[in-house]
Amino acid sequence: MVELFENKANYKVIGTRPVRHDGVDKVTGRAVYGADVKVPGLIWGEVLRSTEVHAKIKSIDTSAAEKFPGVIAVMTHDDLATPGRDTTRNGLNDVDREFFNIMAKDKVMYKGHVIAAVAAIDRNTAQEAVRKIKVEYEKLQPVTNVDDAVAKNAPILLDDLIGDHLGEDVKNTNIATHFRHEFGNVEEGFESADLIVDKEVTLQMVHQGYIEPHNATAIWNEDNKVTVWSSTQGSFGVRDQTAKFIGLPPSSVRVNYSEIGGGFGGKTKVYLSPIAAILSKKSNGRPVKIVMDRPSVFQATGPAPGGKVRVKMGVTNEGKITAAHATIRYEAGAYPGSAVNAGAICIFACYEMPASRIDGYDIVVNKPKSAAYRAPGSPQAAFAIETVIDEICDQKGWDKIQFRLDNAAKKGTRRGDGVLLEKIGFEESLQAAQKSEHWNSDIGKSKEGKLRGRGLACGYWMNGGGLSTCDLMLTDDGTVMMNEGSADIGGTRASIAMQAAEVLGLSAEDIKPTIPDTDSIGYTGMTGGSRTTFATGYAAYLAAQSMVDQLKSRVAILWELNEDDIDFNEGFFTSNDQELKISIKELSGKLESTGGPVSSTASVNMAAGGNGYAVHICDLEIDPETGKTDVVRYTAIQDVGKAIHPSYAEGQIQGGVVQGIGWALNEEYYLHPDGSMANHSFLDYRMPTCLDMPMIETIMVEVPNPNHPYGVRGVGEVTLAPPIAAASNAVKDATNKRILEQPIKPSRILKAIRD
Amino acid sequence: MTTNIHITTKINNQPYEFLAPSYMSLLDALREIVGLTGTKEGCLDGNCGACTVNIDGRIVDSCLVLAAEIDGCDVQTVEGLATSEGLHPLQKAFLEEAALQCGICTPGFLVAAKGLLDNEPNPSEHRIRHWLAGNLCRCTGYDKIVKAVQKAASES
Repeated sequence: MVELFENKANYKVIGTRPVRHDGVDKVTGRAVYGADVKVPGLIWGEVLRSTEVHAKIKSIDTSAAEKFPGVIAVMTHDDLATPGRDTTRNGLNDVDREFFNIMAKDKVMYKGHVIAAVAAIDRNTAQEAVRKIKVEYEKLQPVTNVDDAVAKNAPILLDDLIGDHLGEDVKNTNIATHFRHEFGNVEEGFESADLIVDKEVTLQMVHQGYIEPHNATAIWNEDNKVTVWSSTQGSFGVRDQTAKFIGLPPSSVRVNYSEIGGGFGGKTKVYLSPIAAILSKKSNGRPVKIVMDRPSVFQATGPAPGGKVRVKMGVTNEGKITAAHATIRYEAGAYPGSAVNAGAICIFACYEMPASRIDGYDIVVNKPKSAAYRAPGSPQAAFAIETVIDEICDQKGWDKIQFRLDNAAKKGTRRGDGVLLEKIGFEESLQAAQKSEHWNSDIGKSKEGKLRGRGLACGYWMNGGGLSTCDLMLTDDGTVMMNEGSADIGGTRASIAMQAAEVLGLSAEDIKPTIPDTDSIGYTGMTGGSRTTFATGYAAYLAAQSMVDQLKSRVAILWELNEDDIDFNEGFFTSNDQELKISIKELSGKLESTGGPVSSTASVNMAAGGNGYAVHICDLEIDPETGKTDVVRYTAIQDVGKAIHPSYAEGQIQGGVVQGIGWALNEEYYLHPDGSMANHSFLDYRMPTCLDMPMIETIMVEVPNPNHPYGVRGVGEVTLAPPIAAASNAVKDATNKRILEQPIKPSRILKAIRD
Repeated sequence: MTTNIHITTKINNQPYEFLAPSYMSLLDALREIVGLTGTKEGCLDGNCGACTVNIDGRIVDSCLVLAAEIDGCDVQTVEGLATSEGLHPLQKAFLEEAALQCGICTPGFLVAAKGLLDNEPNPSEHRIRHWLAGNLCRCTGYDKIVKAVQKAASES
């Protein structure tokens, strides 16, 4: 049974903009990030990476590295624990391939794949020594895109892979999974349509582009207790993954929290901590630190999948969708597991339709194993569906918001994967876009003869729930110490503390949040899936309610009344007759005489995060001489449920927009002919700078999520879903040409204009 | 073995004297020898700006400067922004405007922005964006960073 909440509107703390609790540390350089960790006796590790894109490893000779002055330990794949079998996928006995991604054994699957590692007295010595390791390769033909991977006679990348193709076991395939979601009669739907639009978009891999590279520091004690520091979206994820790879139970690994310099989904997987731990073990327990270099971050940590997405949609002359069919083919990278499942959930989630079929393909290619990237799988899917919607409206001359409103998903709409949607705010978001100053403004003319266009696109992300824990401890000066387990990447200490403060009638500053190590707080999942303010915030709300209940019993002792005769409102306990009144602040000094300290804890497992919807409007101008595109105005409308800290909610929206503009116009894994990444630096992998962007206008719609006491919906991810399509639709508006390949870079625009 | 070089310098107005290997970057010397880890490593090739420091009034990426080059120089890092009087107006504005999310780029942005405001107290939005284009931020979309610099400029 899910508890449903009636959300109120008049809050004291929620909706205000206090300075975040970790703010001063972060503007003074005092905050300790993973790479800043200093431990007595520290030595440095470095890894050797594959120079080949696809090759068998014939031999690894570490002898010269072992003899190199200053080297303390050397390791290879065989020093990891033995891979287990994973029986989760339709009962198939699939080997746990993550062991081979951490460190290759007899085959490298992408350039930059880790092969061996050394620990040495300092970083420079480790870097010198690792180059002394000799690897003999037998080169194999690389496969670098979904078309080549499924072609007849394509090289089979994983000999032992058993593909699951609509429930059939298939050998000798690069398609790890082909699944289908279907409802209604799709063929009849297309037959009854007056117009069918069918388009396929192509996307390249892109990287999350967090500024802080991966890092890990580990100590392996002689009693088999391991301590880890690592930049991560969740300490418990590091604990559990590290324990698996090094063959210890999770309780033997303690992960200390360090600040994280951006993740966006890319810091949910460990790359270095198991290696640092094993190097420490082989170095008699010396602490080992490894910091990844930037080219390796690009070449060897999980990007978002590229691939192809095709959408066929039928509509009647009256403007109703009759059916749609999506074919989503994503690059998993070196091992199965792209975001195609999530992409399939998202692709039609903005629209109601009587018939829907979604085919998803997870395809292995010689590229780094893909990882989550902010609304994983949704931006690529949105590019396809929002292109098709835009094209339908262009061909029929329909208003682009009205057509979407006429077909908008609402409470009770069946999502493509079969789920019935709860109360959502998509129609409200579209109406806000319709009324916005931006949508009703004239696009204006460029002074320099550039081409101007306006595009609109929508996006969806389901938002996660999951496991979270929060502890509260009342101190005798009336402040509350708060422990919570969520990595704080963008102000969640504040957004969680504010929810406890609202219950207790205290200020945000009265709550003092700490993120402890994994031995010192209940299990809390990753900061990902837009779950943290929602789920850990709910834990904070429950812990605060529990604290109020306990304090009520203390007040009952003080006043010699029954607990039932005491009310609590906005930080004050009162007797029913209003004769007696005491604040939490006053009461906190009287704890000793009423039974001792008061603390509370709450753990939750939240089912759903509450369906986030976004509508984006993008104005851009194109230089017809060079093809260069500048975004000149951008408005992001989003149903946030309830913005706990509006500045940080806006910040999530704005940051996602700019990542999306980079994805749309510039960013890609540009490959050499041999399949290796050519642009593995920030100079060549061109992310948007300050100078590339205008201010990003935000309109936050608040349709409260009934599954959360304050109506919170996840905010951080859906913002990345619309921008590729919004920019692409704007390019169409400006040039009357539709470019179906991302990135929509100057060369493609020039070619389209001139064709 | 490499030769250590004797370096005498001023960091955040304090005299420092230390030995550093000839190959060592200023970034590594600050972080590993001096112990000032507020200056961050993001790319080691001068493209992200997370390691921005001020040397004798010039904004530089400390990953591209050898430690030996700062002999006799005056180096300012993020740790030198706040004084016993409190936070610098830029630091206050970054907090009030929520101009940071993860915070890893923040030290570089603050040092770079101070370099601008020290010389141009009233820069235009375009000038701010142009000046800060050497610093990458992946979280904020820059909107609130630019607004924070505008706010600090208007209040100082």
